[in-house]
Amino acid sequence: MSIEVCNLVRLVPGARQPLLDNVSLKVPDGAFVALVGPSGAGKTTLLRAIAGLDNCSSGSILLDDSPMTSVKDRAGRMGFVFQNYALFPHMTVARNIAFGLDVQPRAERPARAQIAQRVEELLELMQLQGMGGKHPAKLSGGQRQRVALARALATGPRVLLLDEPFGALDPIVRRSIRTWLRELHDTLGLTTILVTHDQEEALEVADRIVVMQSGRIVQDASPMDLDEQPATEFVMEFLGEAVSFPGEVRHGRMIPDDALVLPFAVPEGVTDGPAVAMIRPYEMNIQKPASEQDVLSIYAAPRGTRNGYRHYTLQLGERVVPFYRPVDEADVQVQGVALDISRSRLFRQGLLCA
Amino acid sequence: MTLSRLAFFRAGGSALPGYRLSLTLTLAWTGFFIILPLSTLLVYPWQGGTGSMLSALHDSRMLAALWTSFSCAAIAAACNIPCGLLLAWALARGNLPGHRLADALIDLPLALPTAVSGITLATLYGPHGWLGSLLAVFGVSVSYNKAGIVLALMFVGLPFVVRAVEPVLRNLPQELEEAAHLLGARPWQIFVRIIAAPVLPALITGFGLAFARGIGEYGSVIFIAGNQPFKSEIAPLLIVVRLQEFDYPGATAIALVLLCVSLLSLALIGGVRRRFAVWSEPA
Amino acid sequence: MTRYVVWAASWLFILVVLVTPPALVLTEALKDGVGASLATLSDPDAQAAIWLTLRVSVVAVVLNTLFGILAAWVLVKFRFPGRQFLQILVELPLSISPVVSGLVWLLLFGAQGWFGPLLERWNIHIAFAVPGIILATLFVTLPYVVRTVMPVMEVQGRDAEEAAVLAGAGFWQVLWHVTLPGVRGALLSGVLLTTARALGEFGAVSVVSGHIPGETETMPLHIENLYNGYQSVAAFTMAALLALMAMSAVLLRSAPEWLARLQEKKA
Repeated sequence: MSIEVCNLVRLVPGARQPLLDNVSLKVPDGAFVALVGPSGAGKTTLLRAIAGLDNCSSGSILLDDSPMTSVKDRAGRMGFVFQNYALFPHMTVARNIAFGLDVQPRAERPARAQIAQRVEELLELMQLQGMGGKHPAKLSGGQRQRVALARALATGPRVLLLDEPFGALDPIVRRSIRTWLRELHDTLGLTTILVTHDQEEALEVADRIVVMQSGRIVQDASPMDLDEQPATEFVMEFLGEAVSFPGEVRHGRMIPDDALVLPFAVPEGVTDGPAVAMIRPYEMNIQKPASEQDVLSIYAAPRGTRNGYRHYTLQLGERVVPFYRPVDEADVQVQGVALDISRSRLFRQGLLCA
Repeated sequence: MTLSRLAFFRAGGSALPGYRLSLTLTLAWTGFFIILPLSTLLVYPWQGGTGSMLSALHDSRMLAALWTSFSCAAIAAACNIPCGLLLAWALARGNLPGHRLADALIDLPLALPTAVSGITLATLYGPHGWLGSLLAVFGVSVSYNKAGIVLALMFVGLPFVVRAVEPVLRNLPQELEEAAHLLGARPWQIFVRIIAAPVLPALITGFGLAFARGIGEYGSVIFIAGNQPFKSEIAPLLIVVRLQEFDYPGATAIALVLLCVSLLSLALIGGVRRRFAVWSEPA
Repeated sequence: MTRYVVWAASWLFILVVLVTPPALVLTEALKDGVGASLATLSDPDAQAAIWLTLRVSVVAVVLNTLFGILAAWVLVKFRFPGRQFLQILVELPLSISPVVSGLVWLLLFGAQGWFGPLLERWNIHIAFAVPGIILATLFVTLPYVVRTVMPVMEVQGRDAEEAAVLAGAGFWQVLWHVTLPGVRGALLSGVLLTTARALGEFGAVSVVSGHIPGETETMPLHIENLYNGYQSVAAFTMAALLALMAMSAVLLRSAPEWLARLQEKKA
């Protein structure tokens, strides 16, 4: 089921800054989209608007090209998993899962036995066999999460909306449930929108990432495009550690202000003028001395090993800059004459220079 | 744009159902049970013209009754401050033995129907009652005079003070006292500087609630008060007397004054609470 | 040392000020023996008073519980202009003198009231009759359910309800399956407080009732009547019965807590 959000605006009475500022988004059938951004960016607001939980000041939401006006249009067609799961505490796990079927009008409601069977199927799908009789309070965080998912899926929706679903889980459970969720999405052929503030999570699980900042969509791209061509300095920094070098573009070459950093050729079409080069710590290189006489002016001080990278810090004048090399790199250049940042992206006034 | 904004108000800013139905019923119910009856108080006194209202307000018996009600309520609420503070401290911090039973007993004046409290207090503190005869030994008589009114109002007002102060005392982190102690404060300094300040707004709240309850109290007071005009007649009783004389405007005038004063004191409490709200914010 | 002084002073105060009144009610009621006091309850006027009080209380509790649930729902779950004003209005009866709460109904429906003469023509009696007593009781007990239920609803937020709506539940289904089970304890507490207040209301009812023994006399009014007629045993027997009913309603509020604790001990 495809979802289309058109020019959505949500104003708060009394506040000047809108919660959603003319947001448009197209999610094709079967996509797995992650909404990321800092807290207060409007991710959850957008998700709730798509679910119809909040009324917007203007704009529309189309589900398979038909407009949705109220939450009733969506009942049973969209599964929503709340940040704190919002399980009904007084009902057993089985009753929680069956709720969406139990409340259907008598004419449409499946028979008791069918509902029971559906609950059993879902419990099995969620690896919760035998938990049906328990109350939510007796479950672990990961189990509650899966009950919430099962409840959202009980009516067979084609769309799954997840609001920070891993927020309250410990890191190990988080990782396993993440991959499992992606598999579930693929097996059931769902269209999934996930809100998270953790960019790594988003990069790992989603096909498309929508970065939001102060109620607007800053960039909507695949993880790879996002990494290669971040639209703004903010996106670059949000997606991972980045080091920035201010400088100036002259005659097709970027000349960093810092004398220890080598100039490099910029893509064609970048005009002359001040710019900022931003680079990931593992994309930088240290330039070897060309001869014995050269003064070694850059030293990398080791700072331990993490996630397959050796971490170092470089002293560049007043600044301390992180610098990573892969663990399996045999002969790491830890001292040299200058810093090579030719793999940088160039930004001007916060935006990527095309 | 305007249309969709209207829709926002129509839906109550939420996707939950039942907004219109529950709002309509709530408005209808409050309209009939609150707004309509109370509007009589505002309108009725002026129906006979301004002159009759002003003359009703100049009635000296009424002024005496109002003075009795206000002064006795204020004295009773003030007397409840030390008593309430003691009980609240014993319950919240003092590890009082049997605190669960004590806790239940504190609410007793609220649970006891006022007519029952009324005849009980009158008998208890009457000249031949258990406590009345005891007090008589010291030459103190509390029944059929203002002292009796104060006593009855203390009884009904006590839970308000205890319940206002107790949660504040309970929620004061133990670390505050320990920190003060480690910084070299003496016990009395800890009490005055660390405990008293946050408790003050709660005490004022308790005082205000007890006072507001006291000026309107009827059932628990009239049996012990003696009800002599100009001496021990409370304002609510005078309303009843006026009604029996079929003097509705006179009764309404007193009711209006009572209502205004109790609303005013509650508004003052609200102000005090807002003024001191910063203190109760978790650090 | 200070601690012991505080303990002794607290308990002395509690015993003298708070425990003596109920103790006195019992001793006065049983002064002439259990038989004598029970005999006073079989008096037809006493019986009529008990029945009237029960009837009025049931009506007030049922109506104000229904209203309280809806009002709490609309005040907590929705944001609309005038919401705070409505909340103040709903809580207003708590800060109004009982006598005034009775008076307003006379001003509306009494012989000199706004609608009194009109109703008189149609032969409908509200003031100095049972409907007046019910109206006054409804007025004074109106805020209790709203007040006890609202804070709990507030704490629960809207997530569970929103989840239910997304699953396709309608208004009554959300209310019945999701909201009310979550506020059970507070609702029970509110209902019991309403009951206690409805049973014991004196001032408001006294003003509108007309004090006709056997007809418009509720239990508190009958107690006053007996006490002023120097029928001490009868007055205190009725008082003991009324106090027992009201106090057990108040005490029952912690019943769920005790049950939970008992179950914990067993488990």
